[in-house]
Amino acid sequence: MSLAPDPIKRALNGGAPAAAEPLIFEVSRPGRRAVAQSPLATVAVALPAALKRKTPAALPQVSELQAVRHFTRLSQLNFSIDTHFYPLGSCTMKYNPRACNTLAMLPQFLGRHPLAPESHSQGFLACMYELQEILKDVTGMAGVSLTPMAGAQGEFAGVAMIRAYHQARKDEARTEILVPDAAHGTNPATATMLGMKVREIPTDAQGDVDVEALKAVVGPQTAGIMLTNPSTLGVFERNIKLIAQIVHEAGGLLYYDGANLNAILGEVRPGDMGFDVIHMNLHKTFSTPHGGGGPGAGAVGVSERLRPFMPIPVVGKAGDAYKWLDERDLPQSIGRLSTFMGNAGVLLRAYIYARLLGREGMHRVAEFATLNANYLQTRLRERGFDLAFPTRRASHEFIVTLKRQKQAIDLTATDIAKRLLDYGFHAPTVYFPLLVPECLLIEPTETEDKETLDSFVEALCAIWEEAKQDIAFVKGAPYTMPVRRLDDVRAARQLNLRYQPG
Amino acid sequence: MPFIPHTETDIREMLAVIGAPNTDALFSEIPAELRCKGLKQVPPGLAEMDVSRLMRARAATDGTLINFCGAGAYEHHIPAAVWEITTRGEFYSAYTPYQAEASQGTLQLLYEYQTMMCALTGMEVSNASMYDGASALAESLLMAVRANAVNASGKVLLPQALHPYYREVVQAVTHAQGLRMTPVPYDVHSGTTAVEAYSQFYGIAPTAVVIAQPNFFGRLEDVDAITDWAHAQGALVVALVNPVSLALLKPPGEWGAKGADICVGDGQPLGAPLSSGGPYFGFLTAKQALVRQMPGRIIGRTVDLDGRPGYALTLQAREQHIRRSKATSNICTNQGLLVTAATIHMSLLGADGLERVAAHSMHNTAALITALTAIKGVEAVFSGSGFHEAVLRLPKAVAPVLEALAAQNILGGFDLSRHFPELGHALLVCATETRSADDIAAYAAALRAALA
Repeated sequence: MSLAPDPIKRALNGGAPAAAEPLIFEVSRPGRRAVAQSPLATVAVALPAALKRKTPAALPQVSELQAVRHFTRLSQLNFSIDTHFYPLGSCTMKYNPRACNTLAMLPQFLGRHPLAPESHSQGFLACMYELQEILKDVTGMAGVSLTPMAGAQGEFAGVAMIRAYHQARKDEARTEILVPDAAHGTNPATATMLGMKVREIPTDAQGDVDVEALKAVVGPQTAGIMLTNPSTLGVFERNIKLIAQIVHEAGGLLYYDGANLNAILGEVRPGDMGFDVIHMNLHKTFSTPHGGGGPGAGAVGVSERLRPFMPIPVVGKAGDAYKWLDERDLPQSIGRLSTFMGNAGVLLRAYIYARLLGREGMHRVAEFATLNANYLQTRLRERGFDLAFPTRRASHEFIVTLKRQKQAIDLTATDIAKRLLDYGFHAPTVYFPLLVPECLLIEPTETEDKETLDSFVEALCAIWEEAKQDIAFVKGAPYTMPVRRLDDVRAARQLNLRYQPG
Repeated sequence: MPFIPHTETDIREMLAVIGAPNTDALFSEIPAELRCKGLKQVPPGLAEMDVSRLMRARAATDGTLINFCGAGAYEHHIPAAVWEITTRGEFYSAYTPYQAEASQGTLQLLYEYQTMMCALTGMEVSNASMYDGASALAESLLMAVRANAVNASGKVLLPQALHPYYREVVQAVTHAQGLRMTPVPYDVHSGTTAVEAYSQFYGIAPTAVVIAQPNFFGRLEDVDAITDWAHAQGALVVALVNPVSLALLKPPGEWGAKGADICVGDGQPLGAPLSSGGPYFGFLTAKQALVRQMPGRIIGRTVDLDGRPGYALTLQAREQHIRRSKATSNICTNQGLLVTAATIHMSLLGADGLERVAAHSMHNTAALITALTAIKGVEAVFSGSGFHEAVLRLPKAVAPVLEALAAQNILGGFDLSRHFPELGHALLVCATETRSADDIAAYAAALRAALA
């Protein structure tokens, strides 16, 4: 990839952004429709007048070509992994192999009803059972349930199991969940959904959990602690064994937020670190698509003592036959979190990915994700950017802080994020974790090549240079996207959540 | 190395820049005793060709049954264009649209989706989707508790003629927050839940009253009367609906004098394949006054620096990444890709096409009931109006009959005897527009043989 200076030039010349696409309702015309897409004949059905719809829903009235063209054009207004580098920290935007999609969409898989009998489900169930086994192995856990439909639901399942475990032991005073201040916002939100009280633990100057502070707050009220390791600060929690010991001795359990599992896949296992329960974001580590915000899959893994509480259904094996396990097999289960068995099609994609990688491929994920992050971190430090934790190794991601640039020339993380779009790069995660001022959380993933990383470094340097010369220009970015910076305040104050003609 | 582009030269150069002797040194901060000694259960890697062979064999093992089962997942025709466009890399491999300027495609599509769902349900606001129908129902009840300042009891009237798995999900998701479900019985003759069944709970001051239309048995409820009764009690009305049925049925926004307050359901019938139960998506629409209590992503239309229209995530102050432990929910994704499919699907069908699909599904189910009840000992359990599902009673236990039908390549329906033992040998069946007269005849012949 070469860096053309033309984003700047085009912008300075008042260059044209991509054309806007009208709303599909604006191209709609009464009486028009895609005739081939519904039954050709009409049939009369009898319904009581009081229950009938009086006026047809105002859905679009368009031809098939109009719909195809409209949605194809909309797709072209997006950045995506397939089109752009996406160094989005904590999100693991790696390549989503096409085979995973093609094979998960074989007609028999798409056509299988969730309530189909086990006699006609052995192929599907075999995939799910083996995925459970693979995930147990890479995480070092004793059991896996695949049903949670997203990371946040996996977290919910995890904390619910911790709660159920204490309640089953009549240890009901344990109502407090400890969360490091660097944690994802979902951690405290999840604990609250389960009626838990949240207590934050501070982080020390090196990015590790403040162990003394932890010792001071654990006790008979401690239900557990939720940790991400490597943490959201992009560094490995070096005291993890000590933390596990402190929490376990206090009678609490350890929850592993799998958001950063990509950093350690096949290198370290959460089970070996002492975690009792973990969720995995299969849409990150196992490369299922993010789809513009879902569907995800948040499988959970548990240690032996939490196995009875796993969410149902789980796939079991009796002899050579695979079967569903439900509340009759797991009477202490925290219950059902999705209507059927979670995002089965996503799970199939994760399974296919795992088979493509295989045993050797697993640890290579962590190996090369870490190589790319450390390379990028070193290159940026050499070019004068400040690292949040300069004495630490990067994990699969790292943090650059623009505190100095902000003070000197008012260059903010948002400015860099928006201007990067003009250079053809998706922005890193900005302003998270909240502890580090003006931060860019950068995660290149293992699937990016060295040339892409090099051109990303050049883009960041070029933007910094632009900012030194003309900060107002950088603050006006982006210039080449379908829209320029949007008015978020107006979006929230003058709510417009649907199209209303006229 | 699958999906890893590094050459030996790249690795050497990159390590030299870092100043590390090898990649292993990059993990030096991890205590040595914690390092993994090698995986045992993960099989060796396969080439794409080999994985293809494996997956095709597994798919072939399961085959394709002629499907007469609904119970929360419905087989409808999905236009070819829907998934061809949905799986374009620009939709498939995009992230949640935090960087709005680089995500206008997804954002505009979600705004169009919100508009369509409001139109279909007759409500004023929609979020950008939930995980599935059952979790949307659970979240709607948590939303009702936040929103209902009059009745804050946390008591919810939940019909018994409800998908049993929905009931279980509601229980699992809401119990820790003090919500209490009171089951409302159905009439064993009509299969419906009369307003009298609700009004026996007069005085309990419910926070929310759930009305399923159609209910789990495919029967149609007197939604106007129940809505008005619930509102008179100070409850919020949560409508649980099948989106395809709304092409024919009165939308929840028009139920009773004031309309339902929140409407939820599973969006699967709008373009999602059966796919073993997921991914589907849940939808959640509501009255404007409740918008700030909604969970999940919401997209708003605004303007950019030059005054041109554009779309962005809005009302983010409700959400976990800002509010943390005080958020409306821990949810931070929607089912974006499924909503992409649904939006294209609704555009290709339109109101007219969706009405044809709904009418043909009703018609085919009626034809199926006629064909099957012509068999000796098979009877329709309920009388009265229904949508595209119905309950049959068989003269003997359902499970072995379903096995015999499966052996004839027919998925005969959902066995109700475990969750609704009071109905006897009861079977829930469905025939959507995708079932032909030949399919129905084949089912009748196979059932006749199985019962003989």
